[in-house]
Amino acid sequence: MSSSRRATIIVEHLRKQQMWDALAKGKRLDGRDFDDQRPLEIEPDVIKKANGSARVKLGHSEVIAGVKISTGEPFEGLENKGALIVSAEVLPVASPHAEPGPPDEEVVELARVVDRGVRESEMIDLDKLVLVPGKIVYTTFVDCSVVNTDGNLFDTTSYAVVTALLSARLPVLEMQGDKVVDTGETREMPVTAIPVSITAARIGDYVLIDPAAEEEACMDARITITTNEEGFCAIQKGYTGSFSADQIKKAAKTARIKGEEVRAKLKEFTAR
Amino acid sequence: MTQTRNLIDENGKRTDGRTADELREVKITVGTVRNADGSAFIEFGKNKIVAAVYGPREVHPKHMALPDRCVLRCRYHMSPFSTDTRKSPAPSRREIEISKVMREALEPALMLEDYPRAAIDVYVEVLQSDGGSRCAGIDAASVALADAGINMRDLVAACAAGKVDEQIVLDINDTEDKEGGADMPVAYMPRLDQVTLLQLDGKLSQEQFDECIDKAITGCKMVYEIQRQALIQKYFGNETELKEEAAPQ
Repeated sequence: MSSSRRATIIVEHLRKQQMWDALAKGKRLDGRDFDDQRPLEIEPDVIKKANGSARVKLGHSEVIAGVKISTGEPFEGLENKGALIVSAEVLPVASPHAEPGPPDEEVVELARVVDRGVRESEMIDLDKLVLVPGKIVYTTFVDCSVVNTDGNLFDTTSYAVVTALLSARLPVLEMQGDKVVDTGETREMPVTAIPVSITAARIGDYVLIDPAAEEEACMDARITITTNEEGFCAIQKGYTGSFSADQIKKAAKTARIKGEEVRAKLKEFTAR
Repeated sequence: MTQTRNLIDENGKRTDGRTADELREVKITVGTVRNADGSAFIEFGKNKIVAAVYGPREVHPKHMALPDRCVLRCRYHMSPFSTDTRKSPAPSRREIEISKVMREALEPALMLEDYPRAAIDVYVEVLQSDGGSRCAGIDAASVALADAGINMRDLVAACAAGKVDEQIVLDINDTEDKEGGADMPVAYMPRLDQVTLLQLDGKLSQEQFDECIDKAITGCKMVYEIQRQALIQKYFGNETELKEEAAPQ
């Protein structure tokens, strides 16, 4: 059951006033413009035991993603496609408010929104990840661990997943009779598109991208827009407030422009 | 998603015979659950969904109570028999997410500050599912909240639009959702002109995106009228019935 929650981060009145004063001048508390992202650090291949991995920092938010590839049965209704599952966890190390235990609704939403971006953009050509049609397919797990939280986990996690998949090496498996045999060789993942999510927060009448934790604590509503090279592929409005249609259309345009910049960066760091 | 067959025929008719701008048949009945403070039953195409509201009432466990406003709790659940293959009754990741976005879609319409330290529980049970059950669920829940007499800024009306055969159409059905190109559920408060839920899966170009959101909002306005009529029907519909109920036993 979903329930309204108590704020975990309380922003002091004076700080809030500073934020409003800055916003009225077109600036943010950390000096950014509304359409500025915090510094983005991308480091692929940080976990050698995984088939692919990445560490991404967006401001102080930090996520490690690992790709593990094995074989299994295909999903029902998708018999001739490889399986791809994105999951996420906010580790207890990540903030004083994070607790161990099964993921709560916010983390479930995080994983599902990131998963949707990868899936709907058709980033990975799942048709190419089939060993025995209808029976045995490659199963790709992308597990994300949030190591430090400072707002906008959606984009941080999304970039980590995309980087991990771009840098992943797919083990070349063969069928010998009924058995799956690892040939010991690897190749690149069959990538067809690079999804990039851009999250914006609305505070009053201002819409700003990449909200930091402090800004998220003051926001009325949030929107995450994922684009690929051609157009939009996934959207999720979140939090308890609303948007006007014009605000959404404007945020969508920003998401395409900013998405292009981030995409270039992701390509650069993974040499794709 | 790969397209396997044409979902719109040469006459512009869809798999269920509708045109691009047509809504499925929507029927809302108010006050179907006797024990609830407010309730509604919606038939949205083949969707059959019951929504019940309990509250404002005391919060249990007590530590969940908020000092300055009411706690809104929302559960979206699909019955095991509501789908083609049996659905496990345990809440799936999908249901957890929908419960959350549904609560967030309803919250902007409610004057939760009017009921501090209390809770309002919204239960949405999908008895039979078709495409667009989250939208239909929000439509029913919103009417149930109004039926419960909760102070509201507006009704929340929800409807999806999407892409089928490269064409933007209103109110995606189950087949179009599974085989079509994109699905965009939208919840909207018509009086305040605010979007309270927006999701998208599937690819859209910039033009298609703009068209899709405008079309979904048009659909929401159509649903809004049906919601209003359903409430009017219950509270002002049959004058004689009202008098009988008011008469002392």
